[in-house]
Amino acid sequence: MAASILSERDIEFMLYELFDAENMTLRERYSDHSRETMNAALTTARAVAEKYFVPIRQKVDTHQPTFDGEKVHMVPEIKAAVDAVIDSGLAAGAADYELGGMQLPSIVADTVTVYLTAAGSSTMGYTTLTNANANLIEAHGTAEQIERWVEPLRSGRFAGTMAMTEPGAGSSLADLTTSARKAEDGSYRITGNKIFISGGDHDLNENIVHLVLARIKGAPAGVKGISLFIVPKFLVNSDGSMGERNEVSLAGLFHKMGGRGHTSTALNFGENEGAIGYLVGEENEGLRYMFHMMNEARIMVGHSAAALALTGYQYSLAYARERPQGRLPSAKGAGSSPVNIIQHPDVRRMLLAQKAYSEGAFALCLLGSQLMDDTRTGESEELRLRADTLLDFLTPVIKSWPSEYGPRANSLAIQVMGGHGYINEHPVEMFYRDNRLNPIHEGTYGIQSLDLLARKVPMNGMAGYRVFVSEVEKTLEEASFQPELKDYAVELELAVASLTDTTNQLLHAMEHEPIDLVLSNSVKYLEFFGNVVVAWIWLRQGIVAARALADDPHEADRDFYRGKLQALRYFFRFELPETEAWAKLLVNLDSTSFDMQESWF
Amino acid sequence: MKVLVAVKRVVDYNVKVRAKGDGSDVDLNNVKMAINPFCEIAVEEAVRLKEAGVATEVIAVSVGEKACQEQIRTALALGADRGIQVETEGSVEPLVVAKLLKGVVEKEQPQLVILGKQSIDGDNNQTGQMLGALTNMAQGTFASEVKIDGETVNVTREVDGGLQTVQLKLPAIVTTDLRLNEPRYASLPNIMKAKKKQLDVYSPADLGVEVKSHLSQLKVEPPAERQAGIKVEDVDQLVDKLKNEAKVI
Repeated sequence: MAASILSERDIEFMLYELFDAENMTLRERYSDHSRETMNAALTTARAVAEKYFVPIRQKVDTHQPTFDGEKVHMVPEIKAAVDAVIDSGLAAGAADYELGGMQLPSIVADTVTVYLTAAGSSTMGYTTLTNANANLIEAHGTAEQIERWVEPLRSGRFAGTMAMTEPGAGSSLADLTTSARKAEDGSYRITGNKIFISGGDHDLNENIVHLVLARIKGAPAGVKGISLFIVPKFLVNSDGSMGERNEVSLAGLFHKMGGRGHTSTALNFGENEGAIGYLVGEENEGLRYMFHMMNEARIMVGHSAAALALTGYQYSLAYARERPQGRLPSAKGAGSSPVNIIQHPDVRRMLLAQKAYSEGAFALCLLGSQLMDDTRTGESEELRLRADTLLDFLTPVIKSWPSEYGPRANSLAIQVMGGHGYINEHPVEMFYRDNRLNPIHEGTYGIQSLDLLARKVPMNGMAGYRVFVSEVEKTLEEASFQPELKDYAVELELAVASLTDTTNQLLHAMEHEPIDLVLSNSVKYLEFFGNVVVAWIWLRQGIVAARALADDPHEADRDFYRGKLQALRYFFRFELPETEAWAKLLVNLDSTSFDMQESWF
Repeated sequence: MKVLVAVKRVVDYNVKVRAKGDGSDVDLNNVKMAINPFCEIAVEEAVRLKEAGVATEVIAVSVGEKACQEQIRTALALGADRGIQVETEGSVEPLVVAKLLKGVVEKEQPQLVILGKQSIDGDNNQTGQMLGALTNMAQGTFASEVKIDGETVNVTREVDGGLQTVQLKLPAIVTTDLRLNEPRYASLPNIMKAKKKQLDVYSPADLGVEVKSHLSQLKVEPPAERQAGIKVEDVDQLVDKLKNEAKVI
């Protein structure tokens, strides 16, 4: 059975038909590009994914890294794959030419990453995390810090991590206790313990650059007293050569449900004098800098969840097309031939749900990529501002919708394949386990819902919400010209009206009712909001498909566009209506969870 | 030593091709195109010769419409130094391609010409051999190993009985088989560098060739759908079917 990692046709649709990536070449930064160069980058991504990632994914999953008390050991194929990504330039697709990059538009560079993530999410984790680390130092570090750390991070000599979580401070960073003491030479001595640090130790690179959140002695309590430090595994001499080992030691490895090739570590900083660290930016501003990285990381979490959902869908689809099993209820007698399981309507339902979730999530994340690019390279100040507002507003949804519905899609991929999906002869159970991290890290599902309802929605007089609604209105207008989309446009319009009504009532309640009660159903608000956003994204896909069908495309394309319209229909018939029930819970300030007492469990 | 390598734009090997509704040709509308896999192997071999210090310059040449510049750029991204497009319209048959390549050979005077043994669209397996005849150069076809040794090249060929090694005097022509090498992929920075490499465009007239068609395509139709099999009751029925239905015995 030959399943594609991703659907090439769908990538083409997303990049060139839905988002018009070719239009990006009008911007000066991308003026050397064309569809040809963008496709060439994707071809290289696919080649590396097929050669280095897919063949090792099962081995990486079943041979977790080990720690012998001194060093981490992992299967050597991981290093070969990580090196292939760096050597081919795929690690730095969006970076400047001068930094060895290809200056690809974000939407294309992120698709390149999605390709590799779909083929081996845990192996790719080393590269994406290192990139995020380098982006942060580049944005907030001094020129000297950029030269010393970012260049080797970009070229693949160094790896990067983000060290936030502590044994007593996970989602609540306000409680972190790692401390920093200023030394005479202006650097700091860091002391404390961090856990769940992905990529915290390994021998894939010469050095590891930890970005550590810590509290400087005497700093204010809570989140206002957190600073950010560069703490390398090995010190680096002024000429760039490697110096002594810093006081960063590996206490142990965690053994995870998924993402098993990517080490998750417990690190001790400064067991004696304190680990040497260098302050990034200003004192006590660390969380703000970390959130710069965090917002990008949240978009990448969305992409990663979508990537795993997409590849699980492709895998179970290929299986369903070839696996004969059972007969239709209409078949007469046991002597008739079994049908391929895709002939069973319930299997098609599960495939359709996966298509609706995964392609909806992917399109949503690519919108995020496009907005991120627009904030930096948009032609006008107005466009840049609008993109910034919308991106900031939608980030909780871009992070959490794919993280919630991606694992659901992977669960359905297992279900389509039955017992064969549950065993590790096939990768779908691994996709599910790998994807299950996404609703947890970089801000859990619950945290995202609070961020959306309590912060993002009311912010700046609901500026983000209003930009979002005006974007939906544009789509509704376009859809009204397509006869077969009219009904969907009406349904979405009603859902948006209901969302706005619910939102207003909740904001009013937040002022007048107990805040803990009002926010107790915030996750349902996030789901309501998310389903409206994804319904909008599907309607946008539907418009492209309906227009293309009107041009009488050839047979394979006709099938492709029909498939898009059917997934749109699935989403509007099976998923969007659920929001009505959630709206009712929300506006009634339903207190079922809130009233539940600990002692009643 | 100068190496000329020929590349052809064909339908991507992953694409399931379809015949046009009127049966006149294969439907190429909106179909993903790529460099012919055998040509990719040819480019790889040329680039390896350059990396080994044997070749000094690698020139990628393609015959076709402007779109084939995309495949020349692919070859440049893989490591060829410059490109040549011979601009033609519509499909050109192997003899015409061979004549045009002969024109390029005369202009460039390469010591070695490497071509794919065939293209996956026409499956003709003719161009390399025709070019050998037209230029009077020695040829080693279906190569699985190529070794340059001073003024000669040893080419190991994949033949029905196994492997055959021939020694050719340079200049020579080599056509590649699948096992010759495993082509690399283009690194992202090299994709951009390829855009800045020289690419010359010639017309057939520039090369003194008149494009004439000696073949006409009558019909293109999809292969017949495979019918489901049945279980025969006994040997007699099998023999009967082989004799009377399949008419093979």
